[in-house]
Amino acid sequence: MIRLEKRPQPSKAWTVATPILAVVLTMIFGGIMFGLIGTSPVEAIRTIFWDPLFHPQFAGFSRPQLLVKAGPLILIAIGLSIGFRAGIWNIGAEGQYIIGAICGAGAGLALYPMESALILPLMVVAGALGGWAWAMIPALLKVKFGTNEILVSLMLVYVAENLLASVSSGLLRNPEGMGFPGSRNLSQWSSSQNLELIPNTGMHLGVLTAFIAVIFAYVLLTRHIQGYNIRLTGEAPRAAKFSGVSPARTILFCLGLAGALAGMAGLFEVTGPAGQISIDFGSGYGFTAIIVAFLGRLHPVGILLAGLLMALTYIGGELAQLMLGVPGASIQLFQGMLLFFLLGVDVLTNYRVRFGAAEVA
Amino acid sequence: MPDDLLRLDGLTKAYPGVVANDDVSFDIREGEIHALLGENGAGKSTLVKMIYGLVKPDRGSMTLRGKPYTPSEPSAARQAGVAMVFQHFSLFDALDVAENVALGMENPPKPRDLARQIREVSETYGLPLDPSRTVGTLSAGERQRVEIIRCLLQDPKLLIMDEPTSVLTPQEVEILFETLRKLKSEGTAILYISHKLEEIRALCDHATILRLGKKVATCTPSETTARAMAEMMIGSSFASPAAKHTTPGEVLLRVDNLTMPAPGAFGTPLRGISFELRSGEVLGFGGVAGNGQDELLLALSGERITKRGTIWVKGADVSRDGPVDRRAAGFLTAPEERLGHAAAPNMSLTENAVLTAGRRQRLVNKGFINWKRADGFAQDVIKRFDVRTPGTHVAARALSGGNLQKFVIGREVAQNPDILVVNQPTWGVDAAAAAAIRQALLDLASKGAAILVVSQDLDELLEIADRFGALNEGRLSALKPVADLSIDEIGLMMGGAHDMEVAHVAE
Repeated sequence: MIRLEKRPQPSKAWTVATPILAVVLTMIFGGIMFGLIGTSPVEAIRTIFWDPLFHPQFAGFSRPQLLVKAGPLILIAIGLSIGFRAGIWNIGAEGQYIIGAICGAGAGLALYPMESALILPLMVVAGALGGWAWAMIPALLKVKFGTNEILVSLMLVYVAENLLASVSSGLLRNPEGMGFPGSRNLSQWSSSQNLELIPNTGMHLGVLTAFIAVIFAYVLLTRHIQGYNIRLTGEAPRAAKFSGVSPARTILFCLGLAGALAGMAGLFEVTGPAGQISIDFGSGYGFTAIIVAFLGRLHPVGILLAGLLMALTYIGGELAQLMLGVPGASIQLFQGMLLFFLLGVDVLTNYRVRFGAAEVA
Repeated sequence: MPDDLLRLDGLTKAYPGVVANDDVSFDIREGEIHALLGENGAGKSTLVKMIYGLVKPDRGSMTLRGKPYTPSEPSAARQAGVAMVFQHFSLFDALDVAENVALGMENPPKPRDLARQIREVSETYGLPLDPSRTVGTLSAGERQRVEIIRCLLQDPKLLIMDEPTSVLTPQEVEILFETLRKLKSEGTAILYISHKLEEIRALCDHATILRLGKKVATCTPSETTARAMAEMMIGSSFASPAAKHTTPGEVLLRVDNLTMPAPGAFGTPLRGISFELRSGEVLGFGGVAGNGQDELLLALSGERITKRGTIWVKGADVSRDGPVDRRAAGFLTAPEERLGHAAAPNMSLTENAVLTAGRRQRLVNKGFINWKRADGFAQDVIKRFDVRTPGTHVAARALSGGNLQKFVIGREVAQNPDILVVNQPTWGVDAAAAAAIRQALLDLASKGAAILVVSQDLDELLEIADRFGALNEGRLSALKPVADLSIDEIGLMMGGAHDMEVAHVAE
């Protein structure tokens, strides 16, 4: 008989060890899966985890992609994690990301073709404000009428997607674009372009902002009273009220911050890697970031690592499809395994496994 | 000489790092009321859980009526004739009495038969209870009756009762004792756990005293003084709170016609509560649980904002201020529920120190928490109030109830408030620690603070309060000096025996 025994306190050692164990388990069982579909397990694992970074031929292309993909994931996940810590479930980061991109791009395009160093900062502020405003809708509805922020924020994603489709074929359509939907290319306009800061690293302003957000979130949660109040609200809502934390202000702060960061992520994406507002601009970063936030245990450093790992499996997965011809579904299955094991072995943090005869407890 | 019903022989149970029970042996005879005494953490709960089949002993054996008794789960214990009434009730507010009783039974009879059985048992044992009433509308005493009747329907040979009187009025306690004595006369043995030594003296035939997991003494309570039993429990003598000599000074807290709707479906509305609390004074509010104590605390702490002009601190209206501003004005509170309300279970003691002391102890500077200072403050509280913990890094939930209580009360006392309102300050705390907490409250009053103690422990209120009032259905009775009060008078102020006047034990 195997039994689980609750630990008096969460184990510090296992908190660190479980993600590593999960990756190892994923490699083993993923390897078995690849073996079953007729691919060499070792080669498949190497292609996913090793080649994107160190393959002599492809690494040059895929290595910068790691930061390009991880940047928005981390930036959005940091914002979400702070709300999740307080028990505020913002599921609509994808919508905030899209609205941030639209607002930021719109603010910039209104000034086109002016040239000024102030245009990109203005766009960043407009993007953050756009995401913030979009997140304020579920926040205010929750504060005023007690609506469920999960439903409202999620539904607003679909509203945002329709707005995106509308502006890319209407309001923000490139007048010189032969009638094709999509805005002017912002990455080719020198005032708005968000270029790599260091060549061939993928390091653009958005990635830098993500790193700053990690540090900011870490300081907020560990040193600042606002972060303490957020954690307290999540741990024990009644104790938080007793302490004097206003639930309404916590909701507005957490949703607002998450919206602003997601909006900024959208803006950096539209001025950099994506280049333009188009119907398919929404790439799912806002949803994947929820996974990244939980993979990282809602801890800023954890999210940094989880974002990089998530980006790696995406890039490695694409590479494996290209190089080994494995089906795309097998890559999704592999990523699913990683999540499954990460959440599954999490039980070891709070419980101790005991072997032996059952004891009634 | 009556036969042994249950014999415990060398019971030992160790948890990682703690030996909860070490070689405990004693006998419970048929038809006796046997008291189990001990400080918090002495191992009473573990022992009872082993008897009730919730925990399996590492070593040792139990014998029930001469046969080996090894219950693997509570249902096996119940089948063998062992029943237990827990300190915290496991009842569903929205269901009626009969449905709640049925939920706790292995094979519940048809609802109509069950209702008849409940009426029979309740009449036989003088526990009036209508099977069709919704549990949410019952008083705490009536809820306890539901639990007791649930046990009695299974015709137990041994009934375990964990702190049964903490929620009862004096009149209700008398009725419970009548019931227990009747059960005893029918041959049912009762294992009675309580901190109230006078009750044990009045009720119990034998007492077994545990300290640090070991059986340290047995005595016959009726022939032993309460003080001697308390000293056996803690293994040394302790000081009773010294009477204080202060004359009440200026009015620090004035509550003026405080009226408030109930917070939820089963809460109590506050109805026109008015009182004044002076410097150097200890005011005691009694009352059966669920008569507005929690709601009054929420209004005083600032968690629920009240109408303008209802709460005044040192002449200033604080009715619209939140908890942070009230604390800044020197007005501190400590709610009843330790885990989840007064403290965050998964946070460390240092983090929990910041919960209320952030501003007053200057643990927060320009929004940034000074963790070193916070840790220092937590250590002060731990040292001053003898909180037993490996350190300040420990999560609040890892502390025993009594130790956490010392911490959360100590956290407020150590901030030297001008006004302190505490709810159930010594609930579930052992005698020595309770004495220390009461002494700390009296010391604070003698330094000029105004103290309001809300408690269901009347002995406690009579011991430390200058004036007494009772809460009954959200109303506050007239306040009377404690010196002029008799227990009967107090019982009537608390709302009597809650429709129990008609109750009598059937002969």
